[in-house]
Amino acid sequence: MLRPLPLATAAILSGPVLLGLLGTVLPAVGLGPLGTGLTLDPVREVLAWPGLPQAMALSLTSGLLSTLGALAVAMLILAGWHGTRAFTLLERLLSPLLAVPHAAAALGLAFLIAPSGWIARLPALALGWDVPPDLLIVQDRLGLALTAGLIAKELPFLLLMMLAALGQTDQRRRMAVARSLGQGRVAGWVKTVFPSLYAQVRLPVLVVLVYAMTNVDVALILGPNTPPTLSVQVTRWMTDPDLGQRAVAAAGAVVQLGLVLAALLAWQMGERLTARLGRAWVWSGRGLAERAARAAGLALGVLSALSILLGIAALALWSVAAGWRFPDLVPEALSARNWMRFGPEMLEVAGDTLALAAVSTAVSLLLVIGCLEAEHRFGLTVGQRALWLLYLPLLIPQVAFLPGLVAAAGSVGLGPSWPLVALGHVVFVLPYVFLSLSGPFRAWDGRLARVAAGLGARPDAVLWRLRLPMLLAPVLTAVAVGMAVSVGQYLPTLLLGGGRVSTLATEAVALAAGGNRRAIGIWGLGQTLAAFLPFALALLVPALVWRDRRGLRHG
Amino acid sequence: MAEGLRLEGVRLSQGERSLLEIDACVPPGTVTTLMGPSGSGKSTLLSFVMGDLAPGFRAEGRVTLDGRDLTGLAPEARHIGILYQDPLLFPHLDVAANLAFGLPRGGRRAARRAAVEAALSEVALEGYGPRDPATLSGGQAARVALMRVLLSAPRALLLDEPFSKLDAELRAQMRELVFDRARVAAIPVLLVTHDAADAEAAGGPVIRL
Repeated sequence: MLRPLPLATAAILSGPVLLGLLGTVLPAVGLGPLGTGLTLDPVREVLAWPGLPQAMALSLTSGLLSTLGALAVAMLILAGWHGTRAFTLLERLLSPLLAVPHAAAALGLAFLIAPSGWIARLPALALGWDVPPDLLIVQDRLGLALTAGLIAKELPFLLLMMLAALGQTDQRRRMAVARSLGQGRVAGWVKTVFPSLYAQVRLPVLVVLVYAMTNVDVALILGPNTPPTLSVQVTRWMTDPDLGQRAVAAAGAVVQLGLVLAALLAWQMGERLTARLGRAWVWSGRGLAERAARAAGLALGVLSALSILLGIAALALWSVAAGWRFPDLVPEALSARNWMRFGPEMLEVAGDTLALAAVSTAVSLLLVIGCLEAEHRFGLTVGQRALWLLYLPLLIPQVAFLPGLVAAAGSVGLGPSWPLVALGHVVFVLPYVFLSLSGPFRAWDGRLARVAAGLGARPDAVLWRLRLPMLLAPVLTAVAVGMAVSVGQYLPTLLLGGGRVSTLATEAVALAAGGNRRAIGIWGLGQTLAAFLPFALALLVPALVWRDRRGLRHG
Repeated sequence: MAEGLRLEGVRLSQGERSLLEIDACVPPGTVTTLMGPSGSGKSTLLSFVMGDLAPGFRAEGRVTLDGRDLTGLAPEARHIGILYQDPLLFPHLDVAANLAFGLPRGGRRAARRAAVEAALSEVALEGYGPRDPATLSGGQAARVALMRVLLSAPRALLLDEPFSKLDAELRAQMRELVFDRARVAAIPVLLVTHDAADAEAAGGPVIRL
């Protein structure tokens, strides 16, 4: 029962990805059920699309710049402030932002930085403008708004990943040595701690790079329109009513995949170059402008957190705004009318969204617990290769394999449907559930199991009566992480559901084009709350259940 | 003599490295002490006797308990209790549920409760049943751990440096209590320690590794 689970999980993770890639490549060259025989026509059509060079450039620049930016800010924050009170504060500010869905964060940011948004109203009030400035800030041609939004949203992820890995780098003693040798705080940290820390978080960094290059939801909201990023264009071809465009979409996805592989290669060369430059820097003995570096880290961290927090505040305020004219900083009056108008439908879709999240997370959790327990019972060691497998669905762009997966499922009579969407969500939820739960699960004191065995308890009893109850808090946290991931999924829901499965993510993104700020406020806020609700329960339930058990506080 | 715990031609190795070789017989009601420096494979031997040797270790020879060959039996089927230096009470269960955890199945609910209550009063912890284990003192927790393993009616008891974390006064008390109880229960006890005073208090044969 338990022994084949790790293999089954590997199949669930890699099967859809590999099948999807195959299903993408075949139609791109005219093969497969809809194909007309081997041809390069779809590829030619993509290459003939006039927007292609700029779309590719956009994907590359927004992806690389936002990853570099988020990584640099995370590094500056940790180097300059780890262990201080300011850091604790910043960590508390940024951690919850991890749960904010990408689409909601992007919608909020748009409310903030648009020419008619909150920020522009400050100079407008001071200078007496009564119309918004005629500037293309959101959806600018260079993708700067998109890049900024991605930095703000990925910073919490990278910071928390680095923080989790920091324990294994012996940073305290390294820093003590580095500083006693005359290095400043930031320079010493970057020289001695960062290299081994980066090695630990390399896969998550690559995940961010791939996501930033190929995401569709944030790019639709904050990215330019004519032309959009390549992934957005592929999605347009994919959802075109003309089925003939599917082959073009497949060819575009192949181009996108190639672009990502090229970027990953370039990133790897950049890593080597950085390592070489770093060694030269160490040899030079030079330090850094410590105060400037620390100030920059703190300022950028706070700015990043505020941009998302204020964005959500703007969503919330618009959702209850009656009238809100341009330069005013707050609405003229608050009213429940927007909620009466859009609320019921939003809540209904929120229910569907959470149901989908609950099902895909439950499936993922069962598989993950099964894998971890099998690893424990049969002494299976999970090597580096298994870790890559876990990251596979996150490292292959969604837009490159989902179109193929739809085609592959269709060819065996599995049309776009709710179960297909749920299965698709499992592929993306499972890795995060695994990453979240595996640490606490493996760290559980194995001597407790031996004591229990000595008392006659079977392995199943040890799992259900000891291990899982004691791990209630981390299990629920993993559930919350999984559900937040599911609530945030846009492209899998859109493509695997064939447009017929609506969730808060698909509806919120669809509304973004319309420009009804009150509706966007309600749906964006709804998506944020749906992602937060499980986290609130994950904090509350263990505290209530184990309120009389001191040994179980702090996890 | 088939009674007691017998280690016959046991050889433990890790990869190419041989850890220890031992032949021993622990009669019921007596304590045999195993002494050796850290890294000599003492704890590995206990794992082997318990039946969950970590992967990477190899073992030859066999262990019998009251004449029954334990080879291939699952840990929970061996009826061998173990005490570590930490009491390892289950933190999510109250003290009484910890004690009830290992009670052999069967019997009425009232009888099981009575057994737990009796065990508590035997170690001067009457009324501690509903307590959170995290609120017990070190000595109290150690006594609960001892009664928990004894209530499960083990056929042998392994002690893995069980007194090393207690302060001197408590240590003497716990030694007396543990050895006393084991004698009353008439089960073989295998003690692993690097404290010569433990071996002396145990009063049985000492095997040096």
